[in-house]
Amino acid sequence: MAAFVTRRLIASVFVLLAATFLMYNLIALSGDPLRDLRESNAPNKEQLIESRIKLLRLDVIPPLRYFLWIGDLFRGDFGVTVQGRSVNALLEQALGSTLQLVTIATVVAIILGLTVGITTALRQYSGYDYSVTFISFLFFSLPIFWVAVLLKQFVAIGFNDFLEDDPQLPAWLIGVFALLAGLLWASIIPGALRRKAITFAVAAGATASMLVIMNLIQWFTYPGLSIFGVAIIGIGAAVGLTALITGLKNRRALYASLAVAGLGLALYFPFQFGISFSITEWWMLTALAFLTVGVSLGIGWFMGGVDRGPVMRVAAFTGVITAGAIALDRFMMVWDDYSSSGRIRDRPIATIGSSTPNLEGSLWVEGVDIYTHLLLPTIALILISFATYTRYSRASLLEVMNQDYIRTARAKGLAERTVVVRHAFRNALIPIATIVACDIGGIVGGAVITETVFGWTGMGQLFQNGLRATDPNPVMAFFLVVGSLAILFNLIADLVYASLDPRIRVS
Amino acid sequence: MSSAPDQKPGSANSGVTDAENSIELKEIEGLSQSQIVRRRFFRHRGAVVSMVVLTFIVVLAFSAVGFDFAVFGFAIKTPGWWQWTWTAIPTPVDGGRPTFSLIPEWLGGAGLAFGPHPFGQDEIGRDIFAVVMRGTQQSIVIMVVVGLIATTIGTVIGAVSGYYRGWVDSILMRFTDVIITIPLIVIGAVLGLAFGNLGAFVLAIIIGLFTWTGLARLVRGEVLSLREREFVDAARVAGATDRRIIFKHILPNAIGVIIVNTTLLMAAAILLETALSFLGYGVQSPDTSLGKIISENQSAFATRPWLFWWPGLFIIAIALCINFIGDGLRDAFDPRQKRMPSARALARAGRDAKNGS
Repeated sequence: MAAFVTRRLIASVFVLLAATFLMYNLIALSGDPLRDLRESNAPNKEQLIESRIKLLRLDVIPPLRYFLWIGDLFRGDFGVTVQGRSVNALLEQALGSTLQLVTIATVVAIILGLTVGITTALRQYSGYDYSVTFISFLFFSLPIFWVAVLLKQFVAIGFNDFLEDDPQLPAWLIGVFALLAGLLWASIIPGALRRKAITFAVAAGATASMLVIMNLIQWFTYPGLSIFGVAIIGIGAAVGLTALITGLKNRRALYASLAVAGLGLALYFPFQFGISFSITEWWMLTALAFLTVGVSLGIGWFMGGVDRGPVMRVAAFTGVITAGAIALDRFMMVWDDYSSSGRIRDRPIATIGSSTPNLEGSLWVEGVDIYTHLLLPTIALILISFATYTRYSRASLLEVMNQDYIRTARAKGLAERTVVVRHAFRNALIPIATIVACDIGGIVGGAVITETVFGWTGMGQLFQNGLRATDPNPVMAFFLVVGSLAILFNLIADLVYASLDPRIRVS
Repeated sequence: MSSAPDQKPGSANSGVTDAENSIELKEIEGLSQSQIVRRRFFRHRGAVVSMVVLTFIVVLAFSAVGFDFAVFGFAIKTPGWWQWTWTAIPTPVDGGRPTFSLIPEWLGGAGLAFGPHPFGQDEIGRDIFAVVMRGTQQSIVIMVVVGLIATTIGTVIGAVSGYYRGWVDSILMRFTDVIITIPLIVIGAVLGLAFGNLGAFVLAIIIGLFTWTGLARLVRGEVLSLREREFVDAARVAGATDRRIIFKHILPNAIGVIIVNTTLLMAAAILLETALSFLGYGVQSPDTSLGKIISENQSAFATRPWLFWWPGLFIIAIALCINFIGDGLRDAFDPRQKRMPSARALARAGRDAKNGS
């Protein structure tokens, strides 16, 4: 194992060296770094050109300059830009900004893609399957910059207009949502025509009444979950996750997860109106999240009895969802303060940039600000990876479901849930894990267009500004990060595959 | 590419398997491999519809405004039947609003009408239909050229490295790794900046030179397993040269992987070119491309949305058609994938099988 990793790493370093050499020369030859000075009318033009040549060592030809660059790199210095700014500082800022953007998009895309892919595989050749197939092909074919402009126009401007004064959903829109919800649930939940009709009616009715209630309580002006919403989400998560992971017959798991949800509810008021005001830094929130997981695991451990593993898992997932709902509610509480503040002026969904400048407020207001800025670029990024993950997880689960050991599991009388979750799903995850790992490696470099359209000052801008000025240093810094990530995650993909599938040996 | 391994008539013991097998067998009785593939392809409704739509788009784009192609001193120019060219600047009529209408007269519309500017005009008066047709031409040229170049390079490198293994394989695969490390949008931007002004054809050649990597890896994997098969041994014993074995014996058996991935590559190439042109690294003025039209007009969305809708719709239409055709080809070439017969067909075949035996 160690020998394999070492050998791969050494090979990767050489690959990266060759790739950077190629890139460096291509960038250096793609234009003239002195163009703006040559065209300028400054009286001290000659002097400026002279100083830039000295600063960027342009008197050395590109293939040799590469070795000067790599020499500096080994001392941890990425060099300076045309304007003489340090690339290290620029890179640090750009990388943080881009990671913020792509992390959430990736996580959401993976969760959504896997869920939808698996449900389509289980309902193969149904109307739902065909619709999702068509939609994912459509997403594959969408130019992201085109979607981005549409999102700005309809989601941002349209939604902001809707929120402007006394937002109420019109009746026809409620009807459309109810119809869609009914169709979705009726096509996912199996059964004869009669049962499908009942599912349709229940889902449509529930959606319509929920939207009407939201209208009545002016939810769009003062959003929130309140303790009732948190209770529904927490208890729903406890029961649903137990049913999914261990089955409701496992009473210990059910009680443990209900206990976790109950603990969350008991802490609702103390948190919302006490503890949350003393949280002023992001690391405190992160620490609380870890504490939640720890406490939930502890409850699972105590109530787990003989078979602790699954009980602890269910309890931890329930804890995360309940705590997430409480935190979400806390963020929603400041929504009105945020959107009516002087910097926002009731147009909360932002179309450009990564944060509102000079916004004052607590951590919670800051969180809402991040959310409104992340919303559109995240949707744009999700659309494309969602399509990939859906297709792959569907294909992977279908492949597994046709294996002999699934037939064996069914033949020995296991419940369908056990067959799908325990036997099929886990094995289907193996190829998906490698695809996801490779994808994460590529996503930082793939966000260039999204960042450009949404004016996000991240890695994409670093790359584009550098390239336009024929300035190799920032472009190479961008490329080095993207390339290293790609190689690193490729290696991780191989290792994950080997550790998940005992038939594969790394040697 | 044998299609027989999972059909063992007679050995099946359940009625359902019997029925499935008899349906499969009856369908492919007495057909050659290519006939089976063709049949399966034409059964994929999405793929067939996409073929028709794509053909329509290609014919429309190349006939409407004529084709003007000049590279390396070689030029073709054909006239088109549309009244404007993409460089003509007629006077703007009615604020450049589109004259295309589908709403019939009894619903208060203008009936089925095309008018002088079906897709509208931009602020200086250029006819958007002509401009979009030119952009579509560029996209199609890029798609075909990238497909040809990337497939050729990818297949040859993959086949050679899979067939010879050893140090040849190591060198070629490390070279592939180097190219794969560079994100396409990055290499496209760098090279587009240097060569974009030479036109879509040159841009396509450059994109093609860097997009073959995925295909090379897939072909290599396929060749690695195919070269161990008996028919390759037989060819070698019969005295065939390496070149003959690779091109006549191994590659025809890997054709499914190659064709399917070529289509996916072509769809990706269209999106890459439009993205590059959008960022300003692709096709340069005075020529135009679909991505460039969107990029130039994205701020005018509120006032002239048609400048934005039509090029986008054509990008999506072409990419969607190619993706569906690729899906149809995958279904057609994959012998493991069975078409799920309907419950009724299954029951009928089950009865037939029982009566027959």
